[in-house]
Amino acid sequence: MTLFRGRRILAGAMTLVAAVALTACGSKTSDTDTAAGVSADTSGDTVKVGLLNSLSGTMAISEVTVRDAIMLAVEEINAVGGVLGKKVEPVGEDGASDWPTFAEKAEKLISQDRVAAVFGCWTSASRKAVKPVFEKNKALLFYPVQYEGLEQSPYIFYTGATTNQQIVPGLDYLKAQGKKSVYLVGSDYVFPRTANKIIKAYAAANGMTVLGEDYAPLGSTEFGTIVNKVKSSKVDAVFNTLNGDSNVAFFKEYTSAGLTAASMPVVSVSIAEEEVKGIGTQYLADQLTAWNYYQTTPGAANEKFVAAYKAKFGPDKPTSDPMEAAYVSVHLWKAMVEKAGTFEVEKVRAAADGITFEAPEGLVTVDGTTQHIAKTARIGKVGADGLITEVWNSGQPIKPDPYLKSYPWATGLS
Amino acid sequence: MTAVVGPPTVTTVGPVPAGGPPPGRRRRALRLRAAAGFACGAALLFAVAPLVLSDFRLSLLAKYLCLAMVAVGVGIAWGRGGMLTLGQGVFFGLGGYAMAMHLKLADAGPGAMPDFMQLYGQLDELPVWWRPFASPWFALPATVLLPMAVAFGLGSLVFRRRVRGAYFAILSQALAAAMVILLVGQQGTTGGTNGLTDIQGFFGYDLDDPVNQRMVYFVIAACLLGLLVLARQLIQSRYGELLVAVRDGEERVRFLGYDPASVKLVAYVVAAGMAGLAGALFVPAVGIISPALIGIVPSIEFVIGVAVGGRATLLGPVLGAVAVAWARTALSERFPGTWTYLQGLLFVLVVAFLPGGLASLVALARRRGDDGPPGRFTLWRKRSRTETVA
Repeated sequence: MTLFRGRRILAGAMTLVAAVALTACGSKTSDTDTAAGVSADTSGDTVKVGLLNSLSGTMAISEVTVRDAIMLAVEEINAVGGVLGKKVEPVGEDGASDWPTFAEKAEKLISQDRVAAVFGCWTSASRKAVKPVFEKNKALLFYPVQYEGLEQSPYIFYTGATTNQQIVPGLDYLKAQGKKSVYLVGSDYVFPRTANKIIKAYAAANGMTVLGEDYAPLGSTEFGTIVNKVKSSKVDAVFNTLNGDSNVAFFKEYTSAGLTAASMPVVSVSIAEEEVKGIGTQYLADQLTAWNYYQTTPGAANEKFVAAYKAKFGPDKPTSDPMEAAYVSVHLWKAMVEKAGTFEVEKVRAAADGITFEAPEGLVTVDGTTQHIAKTARIGKVGADGLITEVWNSGQPIKPDPYLKSYPWATGLS
Repeated sequence: MTAVVGPPTVTTVGPVPAGGPPPGRRRRALRLRAAAGFACGAALLFAVAPLVLSDFRLSLLAKYLCLAMVAVGVGIAWGRGGMLTLGQGVFFGLGGYAMAMHLKLADAGPGAMPDFMQLYGQLDELPVWWRPFASPWFALPATVLLPMAVAFGLGSLVFRRRVRGAYFAILSQALAAAMVILLVGQQGTTGGTNGLTDIQGFFGYDLDDPVNQRMVYFVIAACLLGLLVLARQLIQSRYGELLVAVRDGEERVRFLGYDPASVKLVAYVVAAGMAGLAGALFVPAVGIISPALIGIVPSIEFVIGVAVGGRATLLGPVLGAVAVAWARTALSERFPGTWTYLQGLLFVLVVAFLPGGLASLVALARRRGDDGPPGRFTLWRKRSRTETVA
């Protein structure tokens, strides 16, 4: 490279050397021990909690409803005097549907706002991004969404379903209905791919055949090919792990191909009341969903929750499973703190085991070992009014088993 | 979009004006000023910022500086070379993944597999293409050389065929999209949408320790300053003038006997190397690399920072990238519900009233005060005192 001039290179090299020397000064101090971890600020008469949801980007449509549910729970708690005599002060941050932003905001909530706990995250990717932040700072996250299991962080409480509380019961239901073959359709990301691995292991052990497995990119609206493959496979049922907007395109295509819930039912695990509204009930009539809670779930606790939510956010707003799980998570945190008698994270964790709450979905119990909660599985059917009505439930809360250790067919999965 | 793709309106490199000081003395004075500016920047990054900012803010600054490194490269390729690269995320990602793969393997220990592979991949042994990354002697050079090699391969094909303008921009963007699909599809070996997360150590240093986070910040600041020196040398060399000439009149340069394809290729490869280094340093600073960081949207955001700062200048892209990233954090903390509108408004204002970016503010100020000492803002705009601001 004769194009460069030698003296300049020399000057550049010298400055680089100087810079590196400065860097060396920085690293020398690395052996001094500074303890990581910031404790929550509980000095005043309020205690802050963090709300970490996407208010912008593709996930906003779902996560805003979760934020609303958390706010409702905070209000209810403040109305009865707060936690340990302190009013709860919510600090909201926007995760912006961007996983590193979640990590940045989590760090901000913990180290700048010094919150006692954080509620939020939706996608597995956002949870994976913030997990090291919470573990490093020894701070608490309450994660309210059903997910793919195979995780157990000491600083995360999982209040949504793990696989044995949603997907496995869904498969049990199909098997009981005499379905011998399934077709797997999902969005291309971690949850569907992991869920489908579990489904294939289940099918192999239970005499079911998986006739096909297809993934569409997140946000894809092109389902002609996939629906044709599903149709020509003459499968008994479809297991759907598509997320968000893709469901709209998939079910429109599905219906226009002449497939119905009677001829070839679809079990969906990511379609709740909010999504039904967006897809349109004419495309979803009588299709199945697997969750732990529906707006129609009977019980006084749910009637109170639905009424309070509609009073605050509007009569046309439905309640859904992730919202309910988020709402429950705030109340569970309150119960844990009150049992522990302090906001200190380690003591709150120690107090968690056996905490119960009469939730809208029924009684839930915290399992201290896995930090998941025992929940009742419910299979629902989409009605013409856009609501989902239960057609089957597990009868009692299912103990969480994120690594599926109690299922012989799942050995080797984790 | 046309405003972005169109030919740069801001600068042409003019001859040294007649009547100024003799060229030799002038050059020496310029170099002195550049060195002084450089020292100021170094003092700011190494002394002021660590004293003023909390650990959390400093780690955010480290992240911004990584984005600024990409911006330096984009400034060369786009601002100086006229190649609108909407796919720098690919090179950023290659560097980031190369570094993260090594750090994951180092965390797992010799012979072990990273945690996510056991969960999602159910592999019995490490895939072949992961193995070399266990060695830092392979992984570290790879963070820069791998993106440069990819850019070289792609650039040789594209520039020889005289693909340019909007076609080049679309092509580079398609590459970013393809890379994301590839990474997401290979979940068992790449971590899928989650990417590579939960990175504990950085060459034996525990990244959870704030002191080591500070060290990472210093490494990043030093690298950024190094890249700025490199970029300045490149821009001021005869090659740099040739690059601007290719940008402004590719056919004329060809008729003069040069090969515009190789001139562009060098700038493109250098920009890719810078993006790769930025990606590699982003990993210890932020602790994550994922497809969401390297797809179409982040690739465009790299370019937005450069456009806001002023693409044809040396410092403009750096300041623009840092300013955009900082505004994003500050606005979203203050107005979590509406910050995206405010950010959009800021972009509109810059494009509408400062098409040359923030750096053109300086040029404007200088044009107003023409009586001031000559070459006052030399770091911003070298050797271009006769330029016109459109």
